[in-house]
Amino acid sequence: MTIYILKRLGLALLVALFVSFVSFLMLRTAGDPAIAMAGEGASAADIEYIRQQFGFDDPLLIQYTNWLSGALAGDLGQSTYFSIPVAELLAERLPITMILGACALTFSILLAVPLGVIAAVRSNSMIDRMALSISVFGQALPNFWFALMLILILSIWLPLLPPSGNESWVHFIMPTLVLGYYSTPAVMRLTRSGTLEVLQSDYIRTAKAKGLAPWRVLFKHALRNAIIPVVSLSAVQFGYMLGGSIIIESIFALNGIGQLAWESISRADLPTVQAIVLVLSMIYVLLNLFGDLLNAWLDPRIRVA
Amino acid sequence: MKEQASDQLEQMLQVSPRTLMMRRFAAHGGFTFGAGVIVLITLIAIAAPLIAPYDPYAQNLLARLQPPVWYDGGEWNHILGTDQLGRDYLSRLIYGARLSLIIGFMAMLISGLIGTTLGVCAGFFGGRVDLVITFIITARLSMPIVLIALAVAALLGGSLEIVIIILGLLLWDRFAVVARASTMSIRNADFVLAARTFGCPTWRILVSEVLPNIADALIVVATLEMAHAILLEAALSFLGLGVQPPLPSWGLMISEGRDYLFFEPWLIMIVGVALLILVLAINLVGDGIRDVTSPEAH
Repeated sequence: MTIYILKRLGLALLVALFVSFVSFLMLRTAGDPAIAMAGEGASAADIEYIRQQFGFDDPLLIQYTNWLSGALAGDLGQSTYFSIPVAELLAERLPITMILGACALTFSILLAVPLGVIAAVRSNSMIDRMALSISVFGQALPNFWFALMLILILSIWLPLLPPSGNESWVHFIMPTLVLGYYSTPAVMRLTRSGTLEVLQSDYIRTAKAKGLAPWRVLFKHALRNAIIPVVSLSAVQFGYMLGGSIIIESIFALNGIGQLAWESISRADLPTVQAIVLVLSMIYVLLNLFGDLLNAWLDPRIRVA
Repeated sequence: MKEQASDQLEQMLQVSPRTLMMRRFAAHGGFTFGAGVIVLITLIAIAAPLIAPYDPYAQNLLARLQPPVWYDGGEWNHILGTDQLGRDYLSRLIYGARLSLIIGFMAMLISGLIGTTLGVCAGFFGGRVDLVITFIITARLSMPIVLIALAVAALLGGSLEIVIIILGLLLWDRFAVVARASTMSIRNADFVLAARTFGCPTWRILVSEVLPNIADALIVVATLEMAHAILLEAALSFLGLGVQPPLPSWGLMISEGRDYLFFEPWLIMIVGVALLILVLAINLVGDGIRDVTSPEAH
């Protein structure tokens, strides 16, 4: 197990380094950052000033090492729009997005796992078909449009929920529904196929043959194994939710990191954008690592292989 | 009795595998529905100049925000009404289908090319090549693509070509994963070994032995990714960073209708339903192909 953890940690570190480099390159070379930051109608002297001020005239590798060493020391630069350190901005906004992500993931799992299990136990029944259509429908639903429809129905037609803001838990309901529904199909399909596969295995037949109650076979024997792949998928889905929060938060004016990303992109606040990309990538890497380690812990076959 | 059974067997054997597959496709409800819808939308998109009742860009400020016919105040001259600039909604919807299909298809081609190349190489050569490519795939999966797509689109300035290129460069991961796994499973198959014994050059083995045999799996991914690209384009355009006005992108139409959510909700409802139906149809076709071609489905 120790060797497996060390190997996995090493890989995560390499991936983190590589991803930070690639995303840095993409954002620095996609356009001229100095021109983007100076905005329309800036004079050549202004652009040149910004270029020198932010070190955009240095070789890219030097820019990267400077930026990375700063980031490792907790200095993510200064936001050009908010004029405060980016690290402070993130510390203020990240918790909101994390709460949203956690709510959405919980909602998604509470909906998807029972549906998936029922669909597998009663495969090819009406419930199975219904679950399948929920998932097919969910995969095709444009999430930003779904968000607007919810606002239309729940805030305008039946004024039950506030359309925007983040003052209380009520404000989190609609964003949670939208973000959570988005990952329901994937979780449900995996739960269903995992449960189906396990239910056909020999040890389940043995458990049934020795006369265990059906619920006991399902919960104590089958689900334990069927749920393992769902665990690591959930970790990945949580990452997707943080990424998807950009669109959702900007619609519901939820003041999290997604909204911050959207604001800084539209105001060409490059240091902030760069920092958010870095933080989100690092969270993805950690989540993948966490999912794999959890899997290995739950399923000894993985860490041996 | 026995004779009858063997007669039946003979009859069954006379049906070619192709006909058998066609029959399975025809019997698959989701596939036939999805394929029908896609064919219909594609025909509409191709024939847009013939079908669309108006020029999708022609503004008429005197006839702004006219509702569809089934609402009070709707008139038959604009069946689906007009938008905030008085442009015919139906015409914009029809031309928008063109944009969605072009973007989805082109982005899928680019990402398919990148992903398949990487995946086939990783699966076929194994060893260090596989190690490096697996690492690249892992890294790609650790990048927040929506955020990166938005940021890059903002820096480059959104346009049709840029959206296609960005999506194409970002959505190749599933192609690579599937191509790698399928290639690995046939790498040592007899027909590959036979081709190698004949002295077939490696590139030729890859193109004419490996590719045709993993094509089924790749087509399924292609449908999924085309649907994915269409949704992402709509989201990018919705946020104002994708296709630029006055182009009638469906995402952009939703974004423009958003300000009228309170009084004219049909502005975003109709186009949203169109988007939903198109993506649903593509996904259904993908699911159908998977059900029919993958052996474990039977």
